[in-house]
Amino acid sequence: MTDKHLSTQFDAELSGICSRVLEMGGLVESQVAKAVLSLTQFDGDIATQVLRDEERVNRLEVEIDGDLSGIIALRQPTARDLRLLIAISRIIANLERVGDEAARTARVVQRLLAIGLPTRLRLPVHDLQFESDLATEQLRKALDSFARLDPVAALEVIKHDQQVDQEFDGLMRKLITYMMEDPRTISSCIDLVFVAKAVERVGDHAKNLAEAIIYIVKGTDVRHTPMSAVEDVIR
Amino acid sequence: MVSTVTLPKNVPELKAQARELDFYYGAYKALKSISMPIYANKVTALIGPSGCGKSTFLRCFNRMHDLYPGHRYDGSIQLLPDEIDILSPEVDPIEVRMRISMVFQKPNPFPKSIYENVAYGLRVRGERRRSFLDDKVEEALRGAALWNEVKDRLDELAVNLSGGQQQRLCIARALATDPEMILFDEPTSALDPIATGSIEELVSEIKRKVTVLIVTHNMQQAARVSDFVAYMYLGDLVEFGETKEIFMKPKRKETEDYITGRFG
Repeated sequence: MTDKHLSTQFDAELSGICSRVLEMGGLVESQVAKAVLSLTQFDGDIATQVLRDEERVNRLEVEIDGDLSGIIALRQPTARDLRLLIAISRIIANLERVGDEAARTARVVQRLLAIGLPTRLRLPVHDLQFESDLATEQLRKALDSFARLDPVAALEVIKHDQQVDQEFDGLMRKLITYMMEDPRTISSCIDLVFVAKAVERVGDHAKNLAEAIIYIVKGTDVRHTPMSAVEDVIR
Repeated sequence: MVSTVTLPKNVPELKAQARELDFYYGAYKALKSISMPIYANKVTALIGPSGCGKSTFLRCFNRMHDLYPGHRYDGSIQLLPDEIDILSPEVDPIEVRMRISMVFQKPNPFPKSIYENVAYGLRVRGERRRSFLDDKVEEALRGAALWNEVKDRLDELAVNLSGGQQQRLCIARALATDPEMILFDEPTSALDPIATGSIEELVSEIKRKVTVLIVTHNMQQAARVSDFVAYMYLGDLVEFGETKEIFMKPKRKETEDYITGRFG
């Protein structure tokens, strides 16, 4: 928020809540990175860390939600202030879901480790790394565009969502090939399908974040809107 | 300044239309070329900081400014459907005030009984039939949601009513002459939140019968009661649009700064 309110207290509350959203965003971003790392390294400790972080993420969501209700009740915000708060409500719900996806991945790793699979089978875990890099990059860019309230950067995130989807499709084909070649991998490959899907969802959540940012700045809800119409809004 | 006027998708019937309206207090130009529609059976709220011209604009609608020398109008306010120009010197201001009533900031009942306050406008018109007056007084008091509280003491002095009741009495008095439009000049600024709530409720009710133009300093009140909002600043109309649009996504940065409290 560039312009100042008459009430500096209100300004402080808004910037405070934005900082906490970014804190939550940073936390889930590192959660996703760690979750995939725990998979590529087959490292149970990192997986445990991811699950521990989930509690913090959940707590942040509830706290930010409480702050939102408080500001709405006490300040009766309008126009861009109101849009900011509504968008933050959507953003934190999406971030919390990203945290859930990371936790889901961490639990898969724990299961794979528990049955001792990694030592016996060769799995395409490094392809997952690539998909995850794309998805976390999307998430980071979405959070950056939130910090700067930059709708052009948000539009880029929406445009690049397809890359993650394509990577997911490629990985699916690869996993199917693995399963056909060696039926012993079926059970663990299915686990990997879930992880790949979780990572793909992270990309979707980044796109939702980007749409919320466009809503804050431009005042137009671009969810479920064709790309050409979204571009018109930014122009 | 060029105003941003956003008309609704389904344009309601027009009740009045201001066209390039200028107003001068002597040499001082208080309104600068205001053009905006007033829609029938809708509530239009005028908002803006003190001195922006919203009350001046409101008072043009019933020729209040005529009461003082040196005041001058330019442009027109057309009243529909008969297309008369309210501001034209040929139009009788008394007739205008019969058709367009006003409710003021502070309740201003006459030092008469409740009954006589409401019947006053009709008596001025020459109405003498008691049964007709009785019916009209009851209808107006019901319309102002005051009937049940005062029906057993219509002969008591109006000034003994509470502030909120007095204001509703003034609304009943305004309704009694069957006006087409009612002007409200900050009608709740002297009332407590409960009385304010009942007046706001009333404004939303009476728009079924009359067109309402309201000046308010309370932005939340404008948001609650109005269908359309006009934001004015230093005698200019900055933006006119549907209330929801103005409060969610105003087109002008000046409007946004004002309604979000960034106005300095």
